[in-house]
Amino acid sequence: MNKTDVLIIGAGPTGLFCAHQLGIIGLSCEIVDNLDKAGGQCIELYPDKPIYDIPAVPECTGEELTNNLLEQIKPFNIKFHLNERVEELKKNQNRWNVKTSGGVEFDVAAIVIAGGVGSFEPRKFPLKECEKFEGNSLFYSIKDKSIFKDKTISIFGGGDSALDWAIELSNTSRVSLIHRRDGFSGAEASVQKVKELNDQGKLNLYTKYQMDTVLGDKKIESVKIKHDEGEIKEIKSDYVLGFFGLIMQLGPILDWGLNIDKKTVQVNTENFETNVSSIFAIGDICSYPGKLKLILSGFHEGALAARGCFKYAKPDEKLRFEFTTTSKAAQERLGIKK
Amino acid sequence: MAKITYHTHDNKTHTIDVQKGLTVMEGAIQNDIPGIDADCGGGMACATCHVYVKEEWLDKLPAKEDGEEDMLDMAFEPKNNSRLSCQLIVSDDLDGLEVNIPSKQG
Repeated sequence: MNKTDVLIIGAGPTGLFCAHQLGIIGLSCEIVDNLDKAGGQCIELYPDKPIYDIPAVPECTGEELTNNLLEQIKPFNIKFHLNERVEELKKNQNRWNVKTSGGVEFDVAAIVIAGGVGSFEPRKFPLKECEKFEGNSLFYSIKDKSIFKDKTISIFGGGDSALDWAIELSNTSRVSLIHRRDGFSGAEASVQKVKELNDQGKLNLYTKYQMDTVLGDKKIESVKIKHDEGEIKEIKSDYVLGFFGLIMQLGPILDWGLNIDKKTVQVNTENFETNVSSIFAIGDICSYPGKLKLILSGFHEGALAARGCFKYAKPDEKLRFEFTTTSKAAQERLGIKK
Repeated sequence: MAKITYHTHDNKTHTIDVQKGLTVMEGAIQNDIPGIDADCGGGMACATCHVYVKEEWLDKLPAKEDGEEDMLDMAFEPKNNSRLSCQLIVSDDLDGLEVNIPSKQG
């Protein structure tokens, strides 16, 4: 059991800055995120795209912003729990017991949901029949590549994941790569490599085809793919892999008794607390009249929510407003030596 | 204003006067038309505002920018008449546009 003052759900810019604000006022926190790294949408959706509206930062990329925020919270030694999704909340007197998908447990005084538009999950094949094979012969990510050795594999998608795995697995497996158009979104070098392997007969590339049906009893035996013009091909397949990027799902947050409207959590604008006391929501996931989905709004919301957490974490103490320029306590917490 | 018609998956038709300058995505969101999620808020980063454009409109729309086709790879059941509705800015030229919203976005 991890005991800390506040649990932050989501390691995007808003969650990271909220952690900073908690640290400044002397509260401890830990952060859970479903992705394998901090940064949220900034890292997952647009690591290389420049952002122009962070106050006092004329231009930075999603990745730079994330790295700067991580640098800023370094003094607080915050513990991250990545690849974990918060599944369950239980009220335990004045505190919350929280459990994640990987079985990590927390005992906290308050919770800040900084979950963006939800947790990132792999986007799946539209076909219903695919569901029954998921996890046994159909996958959206690869954990153990050794199972594919000497097997016949159909990979769908045109981004970097699809291309990279097609190249890698073509060394040890019979690979078909199927994509809906001639163009690819992945790196040009990988596209060239795939075309080379196709010319050498080491891989079969099918463009302008999409999944039509998947056949098999307990495990997949073959897939039928359909060309733009209607022609159908059947390809023997022991395994099917789909790489269509990630989609955001609100997931278990829906079950926590929060007022939810159009995939967002309603909050007050005084401290961004939800209808459930000691649960706060900040950033893209919260809504209130006039809400702007900007990173700078998330920073403001995080600063106020952090102060809102104080009375739950330290009910017998009074929070005094201080500036980091002059507060000895804040500077000590930041590890500044004078 | 331009009239935009959204055909939703429940076989309903919604014809809306959308203010010029807004996107077809925003027209749907502001009028509570179901089926367009627009998770990323119009940043061409998610493909959850994917629509099918009525064939006769395909050539009349502004060409896809770099990146839209890449994002459409990620869309739910993309077809030749797929577009991201966040990239369609409403103008007089789009008056009468009809789009079909897919059964789901992911």
